[in-house]
Amino acid sequence: MKTLEQTTDEVLGLASQHFGVPREQLAPGDDFYKKLKIDSLQALEMLTRLENHFGIELPDYEVQGVTDFRTLASRIQARL
Amino acid sequence: MTTHRGKALSWEIKDEVLELALHHAPCNEIGTRMLGELEGFAAALETAASAGVGAVIVYSRQAPGFSAGADLRELYAGALPLAPVARAAGVRDFLERIHRVLNILDASPMTTIAAVHGVTFGGGFELALACDLIIADKTTRFCFPELRLGLVPGFGGIPRLKRDLGNGLVRDLLLTGRSINASKALASGLVSQAVGEGQSLRVARATAAQVGKFDRAASAAAKRFLKPIPCEELRREIELFCELFARPAVMEGLRKFVESTAAHPYLP
Repeated sequence: MKTLEQTTDEVLGLASQHFGVPREQLAPGDDFYKKLKIDSLQALEMLTRLENHFGIELPDYEVQGVTDFRTLASRIQARL
Repeated sequence: MTTHRGKALSWEIKDEVLELALHHAPCNEIGTRMLGELEGFAAALETAASAGVGAVIVYSRQAPGFSAGADLRELYAGALPLAPVARAAGVRDFLERIHRVLNILDASPMTTIAAVHGVTFGGGFELALACDLIIADKTTRFCFPELRLGLVPGFGGIPRLKRDLGNGLVRDLLLTGRSINASKALASGLVSQAVGEGQSLRVARATAAQVGKFDRAASAAAKRFLKPIPCEELRREIELFCELFARPAVMEGLRKFVESTAAHPYLP
């Protein structure tokens, strides 16, 4: 079973890969909308990639109000 | 007419397949322009069936997705200056027109395929549901966000989804307003194939070629047998939508949506 730290690291890696932002520029506490410069449409794309990668369903209302990678990872962790 | 180039959509018949391409920026929102052109397409559907066309593909050329649904900005702007009675009449007229189009698509003797990607929300989802098969690429997300505005889907989505999959998935999607991805949609039977990113049109064409091999009369008869049009429920859905739309909270919800500068309009 992954730890939250491992899950967070994977989330950061996926975000870096998908949005072309160097991994070293992303930190768990970062606001992903601001750091990745994404809108809600791209956030939905990220949600889909995360669901497919982790093999989970993550209802979008679970990420309502979530803006940082660590909290996003904790929502994913809860479904592993 | 075998080819038509419109402002919101275009169609052409090639290799005995009628392909409808939606291309109305930003994401094929369904307002009066799109509806008018869809009505033209509905007439072409009937002509194509008589001419022996075997399959129809509906797809989007817009990068964000298949369709984000009803044009809420136009709906709000159109309704705002009207008195409640005129407002209600306008909404009813729009719904009756879109229902006519989608009923023609739903009942077409040709096999119809929606090749979807990205945002497939609300009325866009309902357009896909009027087709026999949905092929979704892995970027697709399906959603009924209408409750966020104090409404229900008004383009026939509830009766069609209930017809095709049963009540449980409809309740989940409608009552939570959440979006689901192509994998979930495949697992629940909503889509017939979930394919790689950017592949839905290619796969739809291969599927159309396959279905086109079969006797047209037999295919059409099988469709009529398998897929009754839920006429009474579709009529009741229009009534329910109009009843809900008359409430002041809906115009307030639309105002907030239109005036919002939030970066997150696609999220609940």
